[in-house]
Amino acid sequence: MPADTPAYTPAYTIDTVTDLVQPHQVHRDVYTDPEVYRLEMKHLFANTWVFVGHDSQTPNKGDYYTTQIGDQPIIQVRHSDNEIYVLYNRCPHKGTKIAIDREGNTGKFFRCPYHAWSFKTDGCKLAIPLKKGYEGTGLEETVSGQGMKSVGAVKNYRGFIFARLAEDGIGFEEFFGDSLSSLDNMVDRSPAGRLEVAGPPLRYMHKCNWKMLVENQTDTCHPMVAHESSAGTAVKIFEDMDWPADKPKPMAMEIIAPFMSPYEFFENMGIRTWPNGHGHTGVHHSIHSDYSAIPGYFEQMVDAYGEEKAKQILGENRHNTVYFPNIMIKGPIQQLRNFIPLGPDKTLVESYIYRLVDAPDQLLARTAMYNRLINAPTSMVGHDDLEMYERAQEGLAADGIEWVNIQRLYEDGEDFDHEAVENGTTERQMRNQFHAWVKFMAPQPAPAQAEAAE
Amino acid sequence: MSFPAREDLIDFIYDEARMLDEGRYTEWLDLWMPEGVYWMPLDYKQTDPDLVTSLLYEDQFMLRLRVERLNGARTFSQKPKSRCHHVIQRPFVDVMDAGANRYVTNTNMHYVETRLDDQFLLAITATHELTVIDGKIRIANKRVDLLNCDAAFGNIQLLP
Repeated sequence: MPADTPAYTPAYTIDTVTDLVQPHQVHRDVYTDPEVYRLEMKHLFANTWVFVGHDSQTPNKGDYYTTQIGDQPIIQVRHSDNEIYVLYNRCPHKGTKIAIDREGNTGKFFRCPYHAWSFKTDGCKLAIPLKKGYEGTGLEETVSGQGMKSVGAVKNYRGFIFARLAEDGIGFEEFFGDSLSSLDNMVDRSPAGRLEVAGPPLRYMHKCNWKMLVENQTDTCHPMVAHESSAGTAVKIFEDMDWPADKPKPMAMEIIAPFMSPYEFFENMGIRTWPNGHGHTGVHHSIHSDYSAIPGYFEQMVDAYGEEKAKQILGENRHNTVYFPNIMIKGPIQQLRNFIPLGPDKTLVESYIYRLVDAPDQLLARTAMYNRLINAPTSMVGHDDLEMYERAQEGLAADGIEWVNIQRLYEDGEDFDHEAVENGTTERQMRNQFHAWVKFMAPQPAPAQAEAAE
Repeated sequence: MSFPAREDLIDFIYDEARMLDEGRYTEWLDLWMPEGVYWMPLDYKQTDPDLVTSLLYEDQFMLRLRVERLNGARTFSQKPKSRCHHVIQRPFVDVMDAGANRYVTNTNMHYVETRLDDQFLLAITATHELTVIDGKIRIANKRVDLLNCDAAFGNIQLLP
């Protein structure tokens, strides 16, 4: 080997990439390395069930909405059978994206704007101009002759659309298991048992790896530190205001002040982890527990569910539920944040809010306020979070330390295959995510084989 | 000044932009009526500030919090501080209703914000609802529409 050969950088493979994860720490390359990122897009985001959109974003036949699963361009569309289909957003002919607007209605079929190949809204080929030119060419035997490609599997769970890109792999119910209780609770908070998307999402660009954002969702040791400048200042200003004790606090204070809660509050709130990387903060209480009651809402809930069930639904105040790999929901306020990877050091965060069908508008007003106060690119809280992520992304370049620590309240031999509830400041959920990361980076057995193995 | 001239309203808009550029935020807060709201919609031609998300919809409590935070010791995203710069087109005076003490201006601006090596430009339209109290022009409401409101942004930390 010539003496001037540059230092060798290992190119990770699917067999070696999992060495980057240890029980209590992860190598920085999981956040920075382009090859690791490529493997995540190719394997992790294909093997898992990834959030696509809400069915109320495409309420009518022919309505479509464009998004991504990992780095894959995707269309969610409502077909003439009223079902939601999830297709790759690519003409099978030359690769042209079929739709580039974020949403629209395509009528009964998609028509590629380049050469007018057309497809039914379930992806099936409808027509090709000058069809004679393909006679006897064998087009029917190629992938290009088969219509728009569907993803491997789609599930509409109470209005939330998830898809698995891989043809074979873990089933929806097995992947999410009991973690679906958080989605259930969010939807059950509607007296009609139904949510509807409310307006476009916030779109916030982050120059950091997508996993930093997901980990932050259950990081309960940062709010009182990173957000002191906003939440702490809010509390101070409010104290100066001589607000009458019997007058309800302004909604903004109810939302922002709990970020300054002491460590003890977060320790006691608890963290629950489920298999396959899912988990949530706020088992016993959360920053959403003490919001003022909205007049008339409880009565509507009792009418819909009976008193016992209504109390049970509203008694859950889960804080952040992470659905591995890349969304978070807040059941008590009907918010969903989608952490869309755009590169090893680039993530688009889309923050959606939903209306509880048949519930008072004030609930939605509070949710809209939460979204803009906490998660907007113009949010004082968001500013400090993004600052931390971007500093971390830059700091990880430091060669002196190559590992990121996830050891808080770590115990030897942790078992992530069973549900567990722990102290609310544990980093167990981050470890749970990396456990699932290792699992789903690997090729997945087909369902039949999986059963045979058991 | 009980009834402002067109020129007074236009000067007010220029003066406000200069205050923001020079970071004179305490003075800027004094320009506002107590019930005034600063609205930056998220959607193009958005009409509802309440039941869909906005980028900003902030009353005087929130604006004061924003200003005090900018000066705080542990405001990490402002270490170092951002700076901003408005280039404004001559405001249109769309409503001059002395009887109702209501005046509305519409101003196109290029807003530039910078911090460290990052600088960005926003094309904006500001709509000011103004009123006169004790001889001084005050902001009753301000709406800032971003031309690219539906784009993904990094941090927008100051006030366009």
